[in-house]
This record gives sequence, structure tokens and C-alpha cells, in this order.
Amino acid sequence: MSGFQATRPLDPWRWLVAPTLICVVATIFLAIPLRVFGLQLPEFVFPLAPAFAWAVIRPSILPPFFLLGMGLFLDLFWGGPLGLWAISLLAAYAGVLATRSVMNNQGPLVIWAWYGAACLLATGTAYMLTMLDSIAVPSLIGAGWQVLVNAALYPFANRLIQRFEDADVRFR
Amino acid sequence: MSLRDGPFGDLKVPLTWTAAVALIVAAVAAVAFLMSDRRETLQASAYGASKNVVDTVEAPVGGVISAPVRWAGAGIDGVRGYFFAISENRRLRAELIEARQWRDKAMALEDKTRRYEAILGLKTDPPIPMVAARVVMDARGPFANTRLANAGKEAGVVVGNPVMSERGLVGRVIGVADGASRVLLLTDIASRTPVMIERTNARAILTGDGGSDPRLDYLRGRDPVKAGDRLLTSGDGGVMPRGLPVGTAVKGVDGGWRVRLDSDYAPIDYVRILKFKDFTQAVSEAQLEASTASPPTTQAAQAAAPAAQAPAVAKPAAVKPAAAPKPKPAPARQPETAAPAAGADAAQPGGGQV
Repeated sequence: MSGFQATRPLDPWRWLVAPTLICVVATIFLAIPLRVFGLQLPEFVFPLAPAFAWAVIRPSILPPFFLLGMGLFLDLFWGGPLGLWAISLLAAYAGVLATRSVMNNQGPLVIWAWYGAACLLATGTAYMLTMLDSIAVPSLIGAGWQVLVNAALYPFANRLIQRFEDADVRFR
Repeated sequence: MSLRDGPFGDLKVPLTWTAAVALIVAAVAAVAFLMSDRRETLQASAYGASKNVVDTVEAPVGGVISAPVRWAGAGIDGVRGYFFAISENRRLRAELIEARQWRDKAMALEDKTRRYEAILGLKTDPPIPMVAARVVMDARGPFANTRLANAGKEAGVVVGNPVMSERGLVGRVIGVADGASRVLLLTDIASRTPVMIERTNARAILTGDGGSDPRLDYLRGRDPVKAGDRLLTSGDGGVMPRGLPVGTAVKGVDGGWRVRLDSDYAPIDYVRILKFKDFTQAVSEAQLEASTASPPTTQAAQAAAPAAQAPAVAKPAAVKPAAAPKPKPAPARQPETAAPAAGADAAQPGGGQV
């Protein structure tokens, strides 16, 4: 066993399975056909929050497979091309993982901007893949709106980071 | 015995590198899934078994979850109806007077149309049976615009059936499971619908892009469309029946023509799935391939000339007799056989025919 003992151990049930289940339940609840003052609710991509948080907390073998599962669930649930959101979530995760050594220990606004960039990367990947898959150009306004909506989910990602960032001091 | 107690207990693995390998493996699997997906073909075979299973589970779950929202909506409507009953009554009276004038015109036109049909011996489209369903789940992002309706195989729904709300065309069925149908909306990036402008009869393709107002592509003719023109399905290609109301032409911010959908003016909570059979469903491909009809050479035509006098032989072999109703000489009025556009406005969401 390593000499580094975390104050709050990274129990896979707590830092992987629980956020996954919360994302799945939230996605199901937000998919009901509801209009508020004649306007449709925006479509939140909840798994973007753990995709960001898991990469910030520490590199691990399991998160990519959880993201793959959640992406496939989104595609099956929303009736989209199978694999579209799986690739997009993994792209965001890879982007954050590659830049974590530079961005860690920054201020909250910078971290929020970093999360926004991860949302942009995921939506941009989905945009490009949809272009290739359907041989058509999706609406830029719709895609931009979804980036903004997903960037608003940062408090959820931040809460997950705060909860587990001290779990493995090797990656603080 | 835990792993740490075994022979690999002291094995140190660089965590960042193993995470990167795991990421690559997951990405390869995701790419394989995406490449095997054939959603954009809109074929029944492209809608996989996994999607059918998810839809079968999703429909009852969505029905339960959306029930409180429906009850709340009904409650708000009830309160609103109570407080605005007088103004609503005035509005409805005015609308009724206008509707009666339109009804008289429609009856006169229908009578004239039936006489022309009888004179010309036109074979009109048969009435289209339909099934009512409730929308239980909704995907509204820029990359997938679909809805899940709670009527499926058991109701006779098949892939390709057009779907309408009380106001206009919503989309078409792309997947059918037990108790659920996945509806591809007109706004989805994969949606292509042949439409016509009612005023000029010009044809175009309604192309979804994930936004609220789909594009009008492949417009033909000089100035074929003006702002405010009504759009209907053209029936070209046999995918949709002709004359279903689609929307109104508007100029987009990009300078191109777009369509404000009729179905977008009200919440799509109930839909009608038209059990319309397009050409590919009405004609059996196996029957066509098994046909032993000789090629249309001169000799064959001469030999077949006496037989061609009989009307049964003159019909194409592929057309089912039931699909072509006999023209009625008497102009009897039958509301259920009205044109789709008129019938769509009149029918109630309780099943029946358009």
C-alpha cells in the first residue's frame, strides 16, 4: 500500500456509481415533455459534470468506461446515433485530463471557464460527428445554446470535485 | 484474498498511462458503435434491438413520470377556463360564425369535386386509419429531435407512418417496439420531407437541422414562395400522403427560407399516427420479383392485344385491388374520406380515420 493515505478514500460506489445513477435519473426526469410559458425546457447533458470532475480529481482506469456507458445510454434514450455522446463525453474527458496539470489549483472562475471549454469541446465533437454522419449541417444556434446550458451545470461538477479532490494527494 | 496480498501486490503501474489506455479502448468502442449505427437511413432494419428494448422500458416509465405534469397542466387549464370563461365564450362564438361560412364553402366544393371525380373516373386515395397516442418522452437537443409515443406494434404502427398533432405534421415513425413508437420530428437533422407550397404548387424538401424552424431546400421555379405561404406535404415519393398541413414559410436570419411548423404552436402531448402505407409497403417486393410478365416487346404486345381488352389484365400486377377504391357515380357525402388536410383539422384524437 502506498504511504499516502487519503482522508476520504475513493470508493468507486461513491465517486463513480453514485454520480452515474444521479445523471441517469436526472436525464430521465428532464426528458418529460414539459413546456413552461410555451417554451420547451433546454436539454441538459448531465454526464458532462462527472466527465469534467472525474478528470480533475485524478486519472483512473474506470471513468472512461462509465462515460462510455452513460454516452450510450444518452444515445439510446434520446434516439440519436449510437456512440455520438459516448465519443463526445470521452473527448471532453480527454481534454480535461490532458490539461489538468496546467489548470489545477486555479481560481473558481478559471475552473468554470475550463468547464465551459470542456462543454464546448464535447458539443463541438458531437457537431462534427453529426455533420459526418448525416451529411448535413446542424443548427449553430441550437448547438451554442446547448453549450451555454451545459456550462450552467458547473456547480454540480464543482461539488463532486470538492467532495473528492483530497482523496488522493498524489494528484492534488 | 485481495489483489494486494497476491503476487501482483507490489506491482506499480503508472496510473496516468493506464488511464490513457483505458480512454483509448473506450473511445475505440464508441467509434465502433457509431460506425455500426445506420439511423440516418430511417430503415426499419437500422433500428436495432437495443433501441427497441430501451423504448419498451422507457414508455411506461415516461408515462408514470409525466403524469404529475399532465395533472398540473390540466389543473392550470381548469383554473384558467374558470376565470376566462366569458372572453373564451365570445372568441369561440366569433370563430363558430366564421367556421360555419367555411363549412358551407367546403360542402359546395366537396360536392363539385365529387362530380368531377365521377366524370373523370378518378381513383381517389382511400381513407387512412389512424391511432391516437400520448407523447411520454422528449429529446430536444440539436443532434437528436425525437419523441416517444405510447402506441407500438400492438396498435399496428409500422416504421414510416406519418405522425400528426392536432395542428399539423409532427414527423414520422422510425422505430416500433411493444407499446412504444419512436417518432423522428421534422426538426431532426436526419429528417427530409417532400413538401409543396399551397399557393404555387411548387415542390421543395423540408430539411431539419436541429433548430425550431426547418429549412426549405431544393426549391424550384422563379419566386416560388413568399412569406406567409402555407406548406403541405406533397406526397412525392409515396412516403407521406399528400395534403397534410406542415407550416408557414418564413425568411430565416441566414436569408434562406424556413418553415414555422404548425405543430409548434401548441404542446405536442397527444399525437395521431396515420397508418398510411407508402408505395414500398403496398407493393410486395417478392411478388414483383416472382412476376413472370414478359418484357414489353412488339410481339408480346400484339399477342396480348385481345387479352388487354379485359380490365383485370390492364391493371398493373403489383397494385393490390383493395388499394384502389371504385369511383362512385353518386356524389354521396362521406366525411371520413375527406382530403387529409381537411380531415386532419376535423378529426378528434380518439382514433379513427383521416
